[in-house]
Amino acid sequence: MLIVNAPDLRDRDVTDHGLYLKRRQFMAGVAGLGLAACSGSSPASATALRFRPNRMPIDEARTPLDDVTGYNNFYEFGTGKEDPAKYAGMMRTRPWTIVVDGLCDRPGRYAIDDLIKRFPLEERIYRMRCVEAWSMVIPWVGFPLASLIKAVGPRSGAKFVAFETLRDPRQMPGQRSSVIQWPYREGLRLDEALHPLTLLAVGLYGQTLPNQNGAPIRLVVPWKYGFKGIKSIVRIRFTDRRPQTSWQMLAPREYGFYGNVNPAVDHPRWSQAKERRIGEFFRRKTLPFNGYGEQVAGLYRGLDPRQLY
Amino acid sequence: MAAVKRPVRPALESALVWLLCAAPLLLILWWGFTGGLTANPVEFVLRELGLWGLRFLCLTLAVTLLARYSGMPRLMRFRRRIGLWAFAYVTLHLLTYLGVAHEFDWAEIATDIAKRPYITIGMGAFALLVPLAVTSADAVRRKLKPRSWRRLHRLVYLIAALGVVHYFLLVKADTRSPLLYGAIVTALLAARIPSWTGARARPAR
Repeated sequence: MLIVNAPDLRDRDVTDHGLYLKRRQFMAGVAGLGLAACSGSSPASATALRFRPNRMPIDEARTPLDDVTGYNNFYEFGTGKEDPAKYAGMMRTRPWTIVVDGLCDRPGRYAIDDLIKRFPLEERIYRMRCVEAWSMVIPWVGFPLASLIKAVGPRSGAKFVAFETLRDPRQMPGQRSSVIQWPYREGLRLDEALHPLTLLAVGLYGQTLPNQNGAPIRLVVPWKYGFKGIKSIVRIRFTDRRPQTSWQMLAPREYGFYGNVNPAVDHPRWSQAKERRIGEFFRRKTLPFNGYGEQVAGLYRGLDPRQLY
Repeated sequence: MAAVKRPVRPALESALVWLLCAAPLLLILWWGFTGGLTANPVEFVLRELGLWGLRFLCLTLAVTLLARYSGMPRLMRFRRRIGLWAFAYVTLHLLTYLGVAHEFDWAEIATDIAKRPYITIGMGAFALLVPLAVTSADAVRRKLKPRSWRRLHRLVYLIAALGVVHYFLLVKADTRSPLLYGAIVTALLAARIPSWTGARARPAR
C-alpha cells in the first residue's frame, strides 16, 4: 500500500518549505494518474512519481537539485564532471529492458515500467560519498533491490550479483574512447544486495531520474563509494563467483571490490579521512560506512577492515 | 616613399599582453562572482589554476621559438613576463592547495608530500621554479653571468616536464589531456635542442 501521509514523517525537517509545499502539490496532483512513463521523444523530461516519503530521519540538508544533476561522474558521457549533464540527453530511456539471468529461478527480460508498477516506490534520503572525497545528500526514489531479487528467486548457488550498464557508443559518446573497458560493470555480494538499504533508484527529488544520474534505473548503496552505484542498468546476473568490476579492472590497487566508505584506508593518491560536502566550504570528517555502520557493519564481521575499501 | 609601417605603440602592446596573461585569472574571478565555479568550486579553481600554470609554462617555452621562426622578434620582450605569469598561476595553485583544499593542515600536507608521488613532484617543480622567478629581476640577473643565467633558466624544461608528470599521476583514468601536454613539452624541447648544441660550435653572439 502507498502511505502518503505517514504520521512519523520526518522529511519536513530537512526540506525547505517551498519545496515541501511543491511536493505536496504534485503528489496530490498525480495521485490518480498512476505512473506516467517518460515518452521516448523527450527522454530528458522529468515526470512526477508516486512514492512513500522518506522515513529515515536525516538531519543534513539535501544537496540542491542543480548540483546533483550538474556535477557528477558518468564516464559514458565524458570524463568531465559537467559532461553528463551536457551529453546524457542523447540517451533513450524508453523502451528499456533489464536482462536478469544467471543463477535464478525466473530469468528473463523485464521492462522498466513493469518493474516500477510492480514494486512500491519509496523515497530514501541518503548521503552519497564519492571516492574522490566529495559528498552530497540526495533524495532518491526507488525500491529495494531485495524486492526484485526475491521476485526472481536466486538459486542456492548464487553468491554475488553482477550489474552492467548499457553499452551503445551512439547514445553514449564517452564510450567511443576506451577510458574504461565498456560496458561499466559493478557487483555486490548477495547479502549486500539483499540489505534493506540497497536501493534501485528510478527517481530523484520526486521526479523520474534525469538521464545524467543514471536513468532509467540505477543502483544506490549508501555505505559504499559512489562508483559502486552503477547507472543505466541493462543486466543483472546472479553468479557464484565474485564478478569483475570496472574500477577494479582499471586500477586494482586503488579501488577494491567492496568500495565501502572507509576513512581509515586512503586512496593511494589522496586521503579518505575527510570529504567536501558540496555546498560547504570546510571539509567534514568521513564516517565509517558513510555513517551507516549501525545498519551494515554486521555484514563484514570477521573481515579485515583494511580490505574494506 | 611612403612612411614605413608604424609600430604598435609599446605601451598599448604591453597592456594587451598583460591583459591576455591576466585573462584566465580574471575569468575565474568573474565565475566566482557569477556562480560559475561548478558545484565544487575548490576543486575547480585548484584544477584551473594548475592547468593555467602548465599552459603558461608551455607558452614561455614557445615564445623563443615563435619569436625566432614567425618573424615576430618583438615577442621576446614579453618572455620574462609570460614566465612570471606562469609562476603566478603555479603559486596561486599551490596556495589554493595549501590554504583552501587543505585548510593549512600542515600535518596532513606533510603526509601528502611524503606519501603521494604526484604531490612530491608538484612541490619539487615549484621549488625549482622559485629561483627562476627570483633571477628574473633585472638587479639579480645582472649579478649572474649571462651564460649561468641561461643555463639556470633551462630548468624551465624540467619544471614543465615535472608539471606534466604531476598532472598525469593525479588523473583517475582519462590520461588524454596530460599526454597532450606531455607531447607539447616534448616537441618544444626537441625544437630547442639543435640550437643549444649548435650554439657551442658557433662563436658567442
